[in-house]
Amino acid sequence: MSYQFSSQSVARLDKLLEMFPDKRSVILPGLYLLQKEQGYVDREGMEALADKIGSPISLAQVYGVATFYTLYNKKPVGKYHIQICGTSSCYMRGNDKLEKHICSRLGIEIGETTPDKKFTLEEVECLGACGYAPMVQINDAYYENLTFEKMDEILKDLT
Amino acid sequence: MAEMKILTKFIDDPRSNELEFYESVHGYDGMKKALSIAPEEIIEIVKKSGLRGRGGAGFPTGLKWSFIPKDIPKPKYLICNADEGEPGTFKDRKLIENLPHQIIEGMVIGAKAIGANKGFFYIRGEFNKGIDSMQKAIDEAYAKGYLGKNILGSGFDFDLVLYAGAGAYICGEETALINSLEGRRGHPRLKPPFPAVSGLYRCPTVVNNVETFSTVPHILDKGADWYSKIGTEKSPGTRLFSVSGHVKKPGVYEIELGTPLLELVNDLCGGMLDDVPLKAVIPGGSSVPILTAEECKTANMDFESMAAHKTMLGSGAVIVIGEGTDLVETTYRFARFYAHESCGQCTPCREGTHWVRDLLHKIREGEGTSADLDLILSLARNMEGGTTICPLSDACVGAVRPTILKFKHEFEARLKDKAGKEEQIPAQTGV
Repeated sequence: MSYQFSSQSVARLDKLLEMFPDKRSVILPGLYLLQKEQGYVDREGMEALADKIGSPISLAQVYGVATFYTLYNKKPVGKYHIQICGTSSCYMRGNDKLEKHICSRLGIEIGETTPDKKFTLEEVECLGACGYAPMVQINDAYYENLTFEKMDEILKDLT
Repeated sequence: MAEMKILTKFIDDPRSNELEFYESVHGYDGMKKALSIAPEEIIEIVKKSGLRGRGGAGFPTGLKWSFIPKDIPKPKYLICNADEGEPGTFKDRKLIENLPHQIIEGMVIGAKAIGANKGFFYIRGEFNKGIDSMQKAIDEAYAKGYLGKNILGSGFDFDLVLYAGAGAYICGEETALINSLEGRRGHPRLKPPFPAVSGLYRCPTVVNNVETFSTVPHILDKGADWYSKIGTEKSPGTRLFSVSGHVKKPGVYEIELGTPLLELVNDLCGGMLDDVPLKAVIPGGSSVPILTAEECKTANMDFESMAAHKTMLGSGAVIVIGEGTDLVETTYRFARFYAHESCGQCTPCREGTHWVRDLLHKIREGEGTSADLDLILSLARNMEGGTTICPLSDACVGAVRPTILKFKHEFEARLKDKAGKEEQIPAQTGV
C-alpha cells in the first residue's frame, strides 16, 4: 500500500508547488511535511512525494536528498527525540557530563531508544546555541543553560 | 566599555518582533527612502558606507550588489543566508527571533538595489522559533504592503518566501545553499560562474547574511557618512559577536569594530568563568586560527588587527578558553564536526577531514605517536589553498593546525603516555 499524505499536507504541497519557479525545490519542504506526519521519512513516503511533485522528479532524487540532510530521520525515533549538542563550545561547558547523566537517567546509550519508545537520545553537531551551553533539542524546542536538576525536571515533565 | 547598539538597540524589548513596535522606532524608514531613489543610488550609498558582509568572508556588500548584470532578461534573485551553524556562532538567531522586520526591510532595500522581484529567506531547519517568528513577520509585512506587488505605491514588486534547510552546515556556503534551495544535495558549485551571473535557477543571484541585511536599513536611514565614521577605516560600523566558552556572561554583544578583544571578554562578558586564567581565544568561529592569551593582549576586533595576528573575524564567534581546558579534546571535537559536515564531493576534504579526526582521536586516547602529529600537519597542507571546491576543508585546517602548532606541548604530552592522560586536568564546566 503506498503512502497517503493527509489532505492538509496535500493542500500545503499544492501551495508549495506554486511558490517556486522550479518544482524540484519542493523536495526539502515535502520531506519535512512527511516527517511531521509520521516522525521519519521512509521509502513509501518518499515515493508518494516524488509522485506528487511529478516528472522529472523520481524516487531516486528524493532519496538522494533525504540521505544528505541530517534533519530527516531515516528510521523511527521515540516520542521525544533528544538531541544533545556535542561540539566544542558545549563540551567546554560540560555537555559530556550532561550526556552521561541523561544516559543513566534513561538507561540507554547514545543512538538508542527506550524500550517504551518514549525517548531517543542522539549526540549531534553544532545546534547554534553555543552561548547557552550545555543544551539539548527535544523535538522542536531548544532547552538551554542546562544543569542536571533542570534536565531531570524536563524529563519528568515529558510524559 | 559599553556596547554600541545600532542593530540591537531594541532587541531586548518584549515587543521587538512586532510590526507596530518596529514602526514606532523608525522601522521601515530606510526602506521608504530606498523605494524613492534609483537602484544605483542605493548601491552607491552602501558602497560608500564601507559595509562588509557579516557572514564570514567580509566581502564589501555594495560591490557584491553592483556585480548583478542590469540588462539581461532573466529574473534576479535575492537570498538571505540564515543557515547559521559554525561552531561558536549564534548571533543571527537572535536577530531572526527578535527583530525579523529589520531583516525584511534590509532585504527589500537589497532587492530594489539589484532589481530582484523574488527573494528567499533560507533558515536552518533547527531554528523552529526563528521560523515561526520570521513567517509571522513576513505575513505582517505582506498585510501592510511592505512586501508583494507595488510596495507602498512605488511600482516595485518583491515577494519573499521562507525556506527551511535540513541540518547541513555546508548549506551556509552560498553555492551549496543555492543547490539546496533548488531541491538538491547541498553540494557547493565550482566558481566561476559566480552567483551574481548564474546563481539560483541559473539566474543572477545575491546571497547576504542576516546581520548584513539587518545593517542596511540603518545605513539608508542615517547615511553612509554616519556609518563609515563608526569603527575603523577598513572595518566600519558595529558588529555582533557571539561569545561562548569560559566567560561569566556568554551571549551576543554588539560593539564598535576595533574594540580590544580583552575589553569584550573582561568588561562586557564579566571576565573568566570561576576566575580561571585565560588560555586562548578563537576569535571568529571554529574555522579561524586560535590566539594564545599573550596574542589576545594586542588583538582588536576588526578585520585589520585580526589579519595582523594571522587570524580572522570570520562569523563573529568568540570562543573563550580557560586554563585547564583540554585542547586535544576540543580540537578533536572540531575536527569531528568538519568530518561530519563535509559534503563528500572533493577528495582532500572527504578523506582529509575524516583522517584528521581519526588521528586526533588516536592521540586523545593516548595511542598516538609523533608520526601521527606530523601526518596531520602533512595532510593539512594538502587540504587547503584551492584543492577543493569550497573552503570547508580549509576551515578544518584552520581549526586544527594553529592549535597544534601553538600548543604543541599539550598534544605531545598525550602521545603514548597513558599515565599522562590520567593527570589531565578536567575541562571547566558550567554544570
